[in-house]
Amino acid sequence: MDHLLHPDLRFVAQNVLGGLAYGSLLFLIASGLTLVFGLMRIINLAQTAFYLLGGDVGLTLVAHGTNFWLASAAAGIVTMVLGLAVYRAFLHRYHADPLTSLLLTLGFTLILDDAILAIWGGDPHSIAPPPALAGSVQLGTLVFPVYWLAVIVLSVVVAAVMFIALQRTMLGVMIRASVDDEEMARGLGVDVNRAFYVVFAAGALIAGIGGLLGGPITSAYPGLDGELTPLAFAVVIVGGMGSLSGALVGSLLIGLVNAFGKAMFPELSYFTIFVPVALIMAFRPQGLFGRKL
Amino acid sequence: MRARRHWTLVTAAGLIVALLLPKLGVPTFYVSLLTQTWIFAIVAMSLDLLIGFTGLVNFSQAALFGVGAYAVAIAATRFHVVGFVPALGLGIIAAVVTAAVFGLVALRSEGVGFIIITIALNEIVWGLAYQWVSVSGGDNGITGLVRPAVGPFDVSANTGYYYVCFAFFALALLLMLLIVRSPFGLVLKGVRETPRRMRALGYNVWLYRYLALMLSGAFAGLAGVLFAWYNQFVGPVALSLDQSTQFLIMVILGGIGTLYGQLFGAFVVVFLSNELSAITPRWQLILGLVYFAVVMYAPGGLVVLVPRLWARLRGRNIPVVASEPL
Repeated sequence: MDHLLHPDLRFVAQNVLGGLAYGSLLFLIASGLTLVFGLMRIINLAQTAFYLLGGDVGLTLVAHGTNFWLASAAAGIVTMVLGLAVYRAFLHRYHADPLTSLLLTLGFTLILDDAILAIWGGDPHSIAPPPALAGSVQLGTLVFPVYWLAVIVLSVVVAAVMFIALQRTMLGVMIRASVDDEEMARGLGVDVNRAFYVVFAAGALIAGIGGLLGGPITSAYPGLDGELTPLAFAVVIVGGMGSLSGALVGSLLIGLVNAFGKAMFPELSYFTIFVPVALIMAFRPQGLFGRKL
Repeated sequence: MRARRHWTLVTAAGLIVALLLPKLGVPTFYVSLLTQTWIFAIVAMSLDLLIGFTGLVNFSQAALFGVGAYAVAIAATRFHVVGFVPALGLGIIAAVVTAAVFGLVALRSEGVGFIIITIALNEIVWGLAYQWVSVSGGDNGITGLVRPAVGPFDVSANTGYYYVCFAFFALALLLMLLIVRSPFGLVLKGVRETPRRMRALGYNVWLYRYLALMLSGAFAGLAGVLFAWYNQFVGPVALSLDQSTQFLIMVILGGIGTLYGQLFGAFVVVFLSNELSAITPRWQLILGLVYFAVVMYAPGGLVVLVPRLWARLRGRNIPVVASEPL
């Protein structure tokens, strides 16, 4: 079977799969980032810290014998509650003031990072995938973990749920109306504030769930959030700020660029992200699916 | 006129105190922290040039600062460029070129879009410093830098270097005051206030923003060079997003659009973070809380906060000045 697969082709296939898996994790982070920004003009720098917290909470639960999927749901609920608390206590006052809310989320990130360091320590924690998905698939000489495929499928499911919620439910209609024209939506009796809460909570929830789901790929360690931030922001810029479809396409694109960048120029992989960002800014500053700001 | 004479006095007194401080038996540790204050004040002023006078909230100021620092460190350790003037020139040029590239990308957008893009740009440069181990030394950074002599003066000791940094701070402040008061500076203010009207008047808004960004980059790069020699070490922390935020906090504390206020901002941040890290390992947590406090209770800066507190103590209440809309 080996002769069927040219080495170059194998390299490409391996990285395409790895890139898609990583990209689908990025979607779990960037979708919340872009929706929160689109709706409330809040740049939530704590989003990747929610992901890290979700991973740490989840791995502790798993270590105490909780089922992997249950643990990841619980981790999501923890980050959601925390996110809602921060939003209720501080951020909701500044939703039209991007600079202030950005600085608040930054201050919150410092606090959260330090708390995570104090609780879980400075060592990296590797996270094992659930036993049913622990193996690897072999296609000729091409070997990749089953879990990568599972992550891709799971993220597609999450994306589908989000799209349906936005396009097909009354709440989704209200959220979209608030994004398009907040004042008009308020005038028509839409409870815009409720939309704010729902979107902020959903963003934190999905990032927290993603923390454990992504754990077997990224593991969890202090500083992981800082490493993910440029990727998540690149996704939002490339896809268009505020667009869920943009976040989906952008995540996969950035995931692929990152995978090939890491494989081909290991020392410059962050720099390779600069290329799509610069190209988008040159030819379509509002992003692939975004509207002019 | 009276107010102006007042300022002349304050400036003269400040100058004398600054020049005498190292001779007054102030412990070396504090001389060193003050040196750092001069350096960071240059960066904070360069950022104020963008935020307060051009209306660009740049989150990649640390990248410009760090590129200057890395340029000197790489030039010294790899190419043996160790002279004062060539190294300084190299650091400034590197920062200006970086600012020019950043500007081409980030200035395609404005307002919040500009913020998001500069965050990404800062993190990409940080990633480069962090990952490109063969050039930047990765997380370990570059060590073994030596403070070069300035002409006939040996400034390798802390006191000598204090004066070098103070001189550059004074020069930078003077230059920036000249810039913001020049016709060019007035156009920048116009661009900050109403870009649309400036466009209608025939000004090339993009070009003015671009030039301001490069000018600001030059000052940030200068400070980066001084910082590399100050620490005799450069690491990726110097160009992290946290560092960019610290510069921004200095500007907010100092008062946006005041330039000289940035000295207070830099002073507070430098002393607070150093004292805190000496007292407790949880200093980062406390620093986060300080950000909260500053943003929520002192959005107009300490310069505004002090008279307000004073007035409140005397039983009057001055309303908070609304911060600039973005």
